[in-house]
Parts: sequence; C-alpha cells; structure tokens
Amino acid sequence: MELLSGAEMLIRSLKDQGVEYIYGYPGGAALHIYDALFRQDDVKHILVRHEQAATHMADGYARATGEPGVVLVTSGPGATNTITGIATASMDSIPMVVLCGQVASHLIGEDAFQETDMIGVSRPIVKHNMTVRHPSEIPQLVKKAFYLAKSGRPGPVVIDIPKDMTAPNGRFEYEYPEKVSMRSYNPAVRGHAGQIRRAVDMMMNARRPVIYAGGGVVLGKASQQLTDLAHELGFPVTNTIMGLGGFPATDEQSLGWLGMHGSYESNMAMHHSDLVLAIGARFDDRVTNATDKFCPGARIVHVDIDPASISKTVQADVPIVGPVDSVLEEMLSLVRESEEQPDQEALGAWWKQIREWGQYRSRYHYEQNGDNIMPQEAIEALYRVTKGDAYVTSDVGQHQMFAAQFYPFDKPNRWINSGGLGTMGFGFPAAMGIKLHMPEQEVVCVTGEGSIQMNIQELSTCKQYHLPVKIINLNNQALGMVKQWQDMNYESRYAHSYMESLPNFEKLFEAYGHVAFTVTRREDLEPVLEKAFAMKDQLVFVDIYVDPYEHVYPMQVAGGSMKDMWLSKTERV
Amino acid sequence: MRRIISILMENEPGALSRVVGLFSQRNYNIESLAVAPTEDPTLSRLTLTTEGSDKVIEQITKQLNKLIEVVKLVDLTEGSHVERELMLIKLRATGAQRAEIKRTVDIFRGQIVDVTSTVYTVQLTGDGEKLDAFIQAVGTMGVLEVVRSGVSGIARGEKVLSL
Repeated sequence: MELLSGAEMLIRSLKDQGVEYIYGYPGGAALHIYDALFRQDDVKHILVRHEQAATHMADGYARATGEPGVVLVTSGPGATNTITGIATASMDSIPMVVLCGQVASHLIGEDAFQETDMIGVSRPIVKHNMTVRHPSEIPQLVKKAFYLAKSGRPGPVVIDIPKDMTAPNGRFEYEYPEKVSMRSYNPAVRGHAGQIRRAVDMMMNARRPVIYAGGGVVLGKASQQLTDLAHELGFPVTNTIMGLGGFPATDEQSLGWLGMHGSYESNMAMHHSDLVLAIGARFDDRVTNATDKFCPGARIVHVDIDPASISKTVQADVPIVGPVDSVLEEMLSLVRESEEQPDQEALGAWWKQIREWGQYRSRYHYEQNGDNIMPQEAIEALYRVTKGDAYVTSDVGQHQMFAAQFYPFDKPNRWINSGGLGTMGFGFPAAMGIKLHMPEQEVVCVTGEGSIQMNIQELSTCKQYHLPVKIINLNNQALGMVKQWQDMNYESRYAHSYMESLPNFEKLFEAYGHVAFTVTRREDLEPVLEKAFAMKDQLVFVDIYVDPYEHVYPMQVAGGSMKDMWLSKTERV
Repeated sequence: MRRIISILMENEPGALSRVVGLFSQRNYNIESLAVAPTEDPTLSRLTLTTEGSDKVIEQITKQLNKLIEVVKLVDLTEGSHVERELMLIKLRATGAQRAEIKRTVDIFRGQIVDVTSTVYTVQLTGDGEKLDAFIQAVGTMGVLEVVRSGVSGIARGEKVLSL
C-alpha cells in the first residue's frame, strides 16, 4: 500500500472522489496542504481574492451540477470568511465540503495566532463538521464529508484540519474507502407506500388542486418526474423561487412562482385551492405569508426528504418522507394504474378561474415610466438575447425578483440565487464557479450596484483564470428593495438606501482588464446586450441605468393571507 | 407539557455541544440535562427535560434526530416510565435541629452521607417533585447548598432504547 503524508492523503482523497477544481486561499495552517497541491496536477486550485467568494464559487458549481463544491482555506480569518458562504449553502441545502486549516493540535485552546474554534463557529450552519484527530483518518473523513454533503437533504460539511495532521514527515497507508456507512445516519430511500396511496386518493378527489414545487425538485433531480405527473393529472404548478426551472415556466400548466413577490395567479390559486401538493418545498415565511391564514380550504400533502421540514410551519395532512424523484414516480404509476381520474368538470372550472386571474394581472406585467428603461424590460431583453437558455445567477434585492419574474426558466439548475439566506455578493462568484466548469455555456450574473460591490474583488480572479462571465447591473442608484420598503413602510425616509460616490464602473472594469458598457437609453439596450454576449472571450459588465422609482409587484401584504397583495403602488387586493 | 427525551448518541467530542446548541439556536428550552457513557463506551445516553406544545416537541425530536451523531431517541413521557433524580443537599445541623433533620431524612428515605458537628450532607433520590418537597420540608432549617443531577429516565417493561 502507498505511504502518504496527511496533506498528500487529503489531496489524493479529493482526486479519488472525482474532484476537479477546488477554490481557496492559502495561509499558515494550510501550507502543508498547499504544498501537496503544488506537487500534483489532478486537483486544480482556483485562487480567489476573498474566502467568501470561494464558498460562493463552490456553491454555484454545486447548484448547476448537483455535485458538492470544495473549498480550501486556512485557519482563523480564512475560516471565518467562509461563514457567510457556508450559511448561504446551508439555508438552500447545497452540498459543499469546506476544508479548513487549523493551528497545530498542541496549540488549540491557547489563543494561538490565527486560531478560531471553527467547529464551534460553524456548528449552527453546517449539516455536520468534524476535526481530524489522526492523519490516518483523513481518507475516511473526506469520504464521510462528501457522503453527508450529498445524501439525504444536502448541505455543507466542514473538516477542521490541525496543521500537524498534514505534516510532511508523517507517512501513512493510503486507501480511499469505496463507501461509508454510519449507524446514526440513514436518510430515507423511499416514501411510505400507504401514505403515497393516500396522497394519490386525495389527488383523484381534488377539485381545486395546486402543485407547489420547491428547490427539492431541482436538488433531487426530479424535474422530469414532476413534469410527467403534472401533465398526467392536468394540475396547475407553481414553483418556489428556489424551484424555478423544476417545472418549465413556459409550460401551459405553469402559474409562475408564488409567495411574497409571486404571481397573482399563483397566490390566488394557492389561497383558494382544496389540495396543496407540496413537493420538496418547506413552507418558508416568504411563501406562506401569515401561516394562520394560509390556504384555509386546502388539505396538504407534503413530500420532503427531511422529516423536520414537514409540519414545521404548516401542518401536513399527509406527510411523506422520502426522495422526491422516487415518490413522484410511485405517484405517477399509481395515477396511471388508477381507474379513477380527477373530476374533469371541476378541474375545468378551476382552470377557467385561474386563467381569469392570469388575465386580470399577467405575471409579466409592468408599466412604463416615460423614457426610463424599466428593470423588467432589461431582463426581457436579456432573455431574448440569451434565448432563454443561460445560467443566470443573481444577487439579492429587486433585481433578483425581476430576474425571477421576467426570465422564465424551462430547465432546472439554470436559476442560481441565494433564496434562503439572501446573501448580497453571492451572484458574481457563483457565476464564476459555473463558468469554470461549463466554459461553453452562457453564464450571466444579474446584479445591482449595491450587491456587485460586495465581491467585486473577484474581477481579478476572473482575469487570472479567464472566466468570461457576463454581468448585468440593474443600476437604479439605490438599494432598491430597501428603498421600496422605506417607500411602503417608512414614508420614503431613505435611511442609507442609496450610495453616493458609486465608482466609475467602466474605468473600474477596465482597470481589472475587463470590458464595461453603460446603457442609458432604451434603444441601446438590446444592441449593447447583443454586443456584450458576442464577446465570448471577455468578461463584460453592462451597466443599465433603470427607472429608480420602480417597485417589485405583486407584493404580499405583511400579516395577511396569500391572496392579500399589492399589485401596484396604488392597487391593493 | 413537560417531556423527558432520552437520546442515544455517539460518544464523540462535540456531540453534546450540538444538542445543547440546537436548543438555543431554535429557541427551545432545556430544563435539565444528564449525560454519561453507556455500557457500550462508544455510546452516550443523554436525558433531557423540556417543555413545549406538541408541535414544538415534534420539531425538537425531529431536529435532534437530524443531528448526525444522534443514533436514536425516545420521548419517555409518551409511555409509562420510571424517572429519578439524585440530589445532594447540605444542611446546617446544630442542636435540636440535628434530630429533626434526621427524622425528615428518614421520612423521605434519604441518607445522611457526610456529617460534621454543624453540617449534614443528605443524599436523596426520587422524581423532581419529591426532591422539591424535601427542600420545602427542611426549608426553615438552613439549606447551605443543593446539587441536583437532572432527570434520568427509562421506559417500563420490555421497551428498551438500544441499537
């Protein structure tokens, strides 16, 4: 058997796990690992400019592919800088493995230089974390980390590696385990057959059903199964903002997305339904609005891999714990075998009602404001120019909502956003992680002038590794979503929701060796976007000056039910 | 309603902090906590008492089950069970009070495990209410110090919490 040092075993384990790229930043406690990295060519390392960006790069890659992204950082500040990225991944159940250097074992607890209790600091925001206690356990721990990160409800896993565990003088027998089993961890492999039958019975008897599909459908690779089941039943489908693309947005049965800024028809349909079929969704507060007023006439079937997500905020009538793909397959075969079918007359009347809602307030509705470019039309132009087939990442705020509303996603894994934690600064590095792995694909980050400045240092990384992502900046010269809330709730007192002294973006991007265009007139919008996307080998930043007064609508009224919404600045339903 | 949750978990460093952290992180209460290794040294048995609505208790047990190191758990209060708590209590014992304390200890079936000319240290086991009642009974006699172990519990009959 081969004899390797701890550091060599770590890198070899990554290789044997099939890892191609890792993202990171070196420092004292990680230097043995970096030296082992230097002496091989299989695992490639991307040097970011701030550790937070490394986690978002890994996260973007994971969201686009379903495979865990891998991060390598040093102890202390290197480790703590990953916290926002780990929390982002945790909230959205994204598989990630974060390898953190740590001070040598004999120094732990002595407040040594660059020492932080990373296990303690990260504990509430990881699926699991572990410390290496002997170099020989490294392959086993790496295998375990990947298994935990990816299986069941995915999530981030941290391995804390004291420096002495990777010292070059130790030599240990290396073997990468083929599999790992843990007596305390056995995620469900299929749903309860009796419960699935009960759910199908309820579907057959539903008169006003809605399928409410979340990010679990995307993570669980169940888009096809969901689409087949929805088509078989003829039920309307609404996605959460995490689930966009899990059901094709341009499909006739799609109602768009639901919740705080969801479509009028989705929210109305949910409120008036008699059966909510929740698939891989978690009844988040941004979806349900006030839970005591949530879908008053509906019975609820809830399918999720995580039992703790079921009946956490809204009580399920039929809970089904299991992987969404296999549960949906079983549902579909039961539906196909069944001699019954849903009452077509009732379903027809239900669709008629839903279409009326859709006509009353189209999900693609907005109004012009003079000559100003509306943010929505910028997204529409982006959709046309990219033929609706780009990987779109976003930051957090109004631009995120506009992108989700006006760029209909027909495929899963194409819409990459921080839905749970709402992390500004996420979109750009996430786009980099995707572009690195899929250089042939169009990868675009929709952002705002607030968010982009939260990880703008990564322009340097893009130059170094040649990552020609496109960045669409909806520049309204304000922190738009904050300003919207201040308009609505604080009598337009704009406390720190605008920035003076925005940089000259054109010069800034040029300084980093990239290209930037500014768009201020509507007639320039699409030609400039065309020009930007034609520059295949360049990172291009398109700074679009949009209407500074626009709000995101619909917007649910706080404390109300799903149907209580503002549809414009003046219309409340 | 008060519940006794009994947890079998991997006897690994950091496992306890995950359980305790979960309670503060999710705004649940821990009233008492007792933990020690079992006859299998790779496993710890942890007993905690908490209070909450059925919905909250359901979430607590689900969230605990999600912790990777938790192997199994049971809500003992769902079935018949035995619960005990150990108390060591130091009492000022001088003059006539010495006999009075001795009598009270006998009534509660406790034991005096340490004696000086002025102090009795009493050991008492029972459920929480019995221990409270003892403290109340000797209350006027000068309690110097109280140490309680927290509740330990076990299901009655054939039911066992094991691998």
